[in-house]
Amino acid sequence: MSQSLVDTDVETQLRTAVAEVLEDNPTKVDDLDGATVWSALRAMGATTLPVPEELGGQGAGWREVAVVAEELGRAVAPVPFLGSVLATAALLRATDDPHAAEALRGDATLVVPLSAWPGGPLPHITVDGDRLTGTVRSVADVRGTLVVPADGALWLTEQADITPVTSLDRTRPVADVEFSGAKAVRVAADGAVEHALRVGAAILAAEQVGIAEWCLDTTVAYLKQRYQFGRPVGSYQALKHRLADLWQEIVLARAAAKAAADALDTGEDAALLAYAAQSLCAEVAVHAAEECVQLHGGIGMTWEHPAHLYLKRAKADEIALGTPGRLRVLLAPLADLPA
Amino acid sequence: MTEEDLLRRVAALLAEHDTGDRTAFLRARFDAGLAWVHFPEGLGGLGAPIALQPVVERALAAAGAPDNNPRRIGIGLGMAAPTILRHGTDAQRARFLRPLWTGEEVWCQLFSEPGAGSDLAGLATRARRDGDDWVVTGQKVWTSSAHTARWAILIARTDPDVPKHAGMTYFICDMTAPGVDVRPLRQITGEAEFNEVFLTDVRIPDAHRLGDVGDGWRVAQTTLMNERVAIGGRPMPREGGMAGVVAETWRQNPELRTPELHDRLVRLWVESEALRLAGQRLRESLAAGHPGPEGSAMKLAFARLSQRLSGLEVEFLAADGLRYGDWTMRRPDVVDFTGNDAGYRYLRAKGNSIEGGTSEILRGIIAERILGLPAEARVDKDVPWKDLPR
Ligand SMILES: Cc1cc2nc3c(=O)[nH]c(=O)nc-3n(C[C@H](O)[C@H](O)[C@H](O)COP(=O)(O)OP(=O)(O)OC[C@H]3O[C@@H](n4cnc5c(N)ncnc54)[C@H](O)[C@@H]3O)c2cc1C
Repeated sequence: MSQSLVDTDVETQLRTAVAEVLEDNPTKVDDLDGATVWSALRAMGATTLPVPEELGGQGAGWREVAVVAEELGRAVAPVPFLGSVLATAALLRATDDPHAAEALRGDATLVVPLSAWPGGPLPHITVDGDRLTGTVRSVADVRGTLVVPADGALWLTEQADITPVTSLDRTRPVADVEFSGAKAVRVAADGAVEHALRVGAAILAAEQVGIAEWCLDTTVAYLKQRYQFGRPVGSYQALKHRLADLWQEIVLARAAAKAAADALDTGEDAALLAYAAQSLCAEVAVHAAEECVQLHGGIGMTWEHPAHLYLKRAKADEIALGTPGRLRVLLAPLADLPA
Repeated sequence: MTEEDLLRRVAALLAEHDTGDRTAFLRARFDAGLAWVHFPEGLGGLGAPIALQPVVERALAAAGAPDNNPRRIGIGLGMAAPTILRHGTDAQRARFLRPLWTGEEVWCQLFSEPGAGSDLAGLATRARRDGDDWVVTGQKVWTSSAHTARWAILIARTDPDVPKHAGMTYFICDMTAPGVDVRPLRQITGEAEFNEVFLTDVRIPDAHRLGDVGDGWRVAQTTLMNERVAIGGRPMPREGGMAGVVAETWRQNPELRTPELHDRLVRLWVESEALRLAGQRLRESLAAGHPGPEGSAMKLAFARLSQRLSGLEVEFLAADGLRYGDWTMRRPDVVDFTGNDAGYRYLRAKGNSIEGGTSEILRGIIAERILGLPAEARVDKDVPWKDLPR
């Protein structure tokens, strides 16, 4: 049975607590070190929310995870939250295996390109006995135990060459991960990768809502106080209508993202709502960030103003876990809309 | 003037001058009237139709002659030159146009200020008369190429007590003069293509005033209309701009294609081709040196298509779209809208709807000046500049 699509009291408290951490440690354009924020989140348990208590987590649901993601998006925080969500979602499908359970207690990375999508192709990793060989490009938030999809199972290893890559979104850097005969432990986990990518898509939708809200709020505030032609630029109806449209888009995005997170917990329509939310929110976030840059004029084009951090995050998020077009293709049959 | 005449002149130029010495050759080309054929004789032209320019360019390119690297001197060619031609004195034209065209002197545009962007006429930089000089103090911003420029076109306020459009004067500013301080401003691409320029008691001789005192706004209109044509209306072959770059990426990556992206790409390709043809049509119907407001439509469409196409390219590249070439701070001396990698193109294209008049301002111009819709109610027309709310 689906819960309300409004925050519960617990969620509101969590949101406030995370927002306070982020207010104290705002993202700085020239210092993208999220270590302080990450340890604060860890200390409050926000990094292990969906992990059962007996495995060292909080035993909360994906709804709470989505609340954290939304606040992190609003702050474009440079922390490995999405990466940890993907690894956790995959490992939670294999908790009977002691190695997987152990990996859940530490840092872990699901080694897939950030651009992978549920059911889509993955880079080929060769398995020879218990040895892995192959390269995965553009993996986000690489750290800790590497959880590698190969041969229909998950393989856990620590042996890899990790090459950081200059990333479009510097707040969520990607790296190339290369295995050359890496010794790994096999964990049976049917459908874990597809599941994890779907969970990731739903949680990412919440992040995108946070991005879009920041962009709208910041732009509205700026246009109220920016004067040109002897009047506030926000007094021009052409701009008012654009911002009203954006607000309306965000109303839909917020509801879709919340429903997608809720469905991860209830299991009802989880795939359909994840694809609907992610395909919608990805576009809303990019639209909001593009409007934010445009409506700030020259200032929006500067390195100094944070707008570009949101633009780059929103654009990278549009690719992450399936572009809107790919996700609409996945959604269509679930909505009985055959091509 | 016919195509044959021009080809004969090109042949004579090539026969008499060594193409190996770039500057000497470009000067000779200017003196032969083959720089910009629609300019008057003696000023690098022959008074010929602008439509004949490609004849010259093709013949010289075929002969392997050096060009003046137009991307490096875009502001000079596209904005300063037509303004000097139209409003300059004979002495100013003779002094400035030749080295401008050959690229020996780079130009920049000191128009925008922190408080005056879209509302350029609200600018606050002050010029006060002092004997034969003007003394200029103020701050300019977003000034592309200020770090390579020898000269600037500058608008300053000479009378704060009259309504804003009436109190401005247009100058040519020496960027090496004492009191000119250029500081890099970094952009979202990582580069510092533009700058802040602080002017402190900069002395400009009255001989470097362009147009009458108080007539700066009218002079600036020539610059601004030419800027829009320069940004959006360059002649180009099919797939000459962003459409060609993105089409090439598409052709090279068959494994990434999807039907949805395909449909979007082909639509944008068609629009880009139509924009190219509209540009050709516009140029053919323009009298040389006198662009009309249609230039605004070209730039509006150009910005939208560049942004959509480059955004699509990043999305299409997926795992590679998540990567970026280089974030180190650089101060480039050419601006290349379609260069570098997909991420750079996407980010740089964001500026296309801001620089040279924002797309919102252009829509207003189209609505009011072309469609004749009633103007916005204005609070700033009849009030002395110094009394405006800001
Ligand atoms: C890459 C780049 C290069 C540039 N190079 C130069 C240069 O070399 N020299 C130079 O002088 N300037 C240059 N500029 C500055 C450029 O001309 C200004 O940024 C531009 O005119 C907008 O001014 P602004 O930044 O102050 O924005 P604002 O005028 O403050 O506008 C903010 C937002 O409000 C909107 N807006 C403003 N007025 C209205 C209205 N009446 N109706 C509807 N919407 C409105 C704008 O469209 C914009 O979206 C450059 C800018 C960029 C981005």
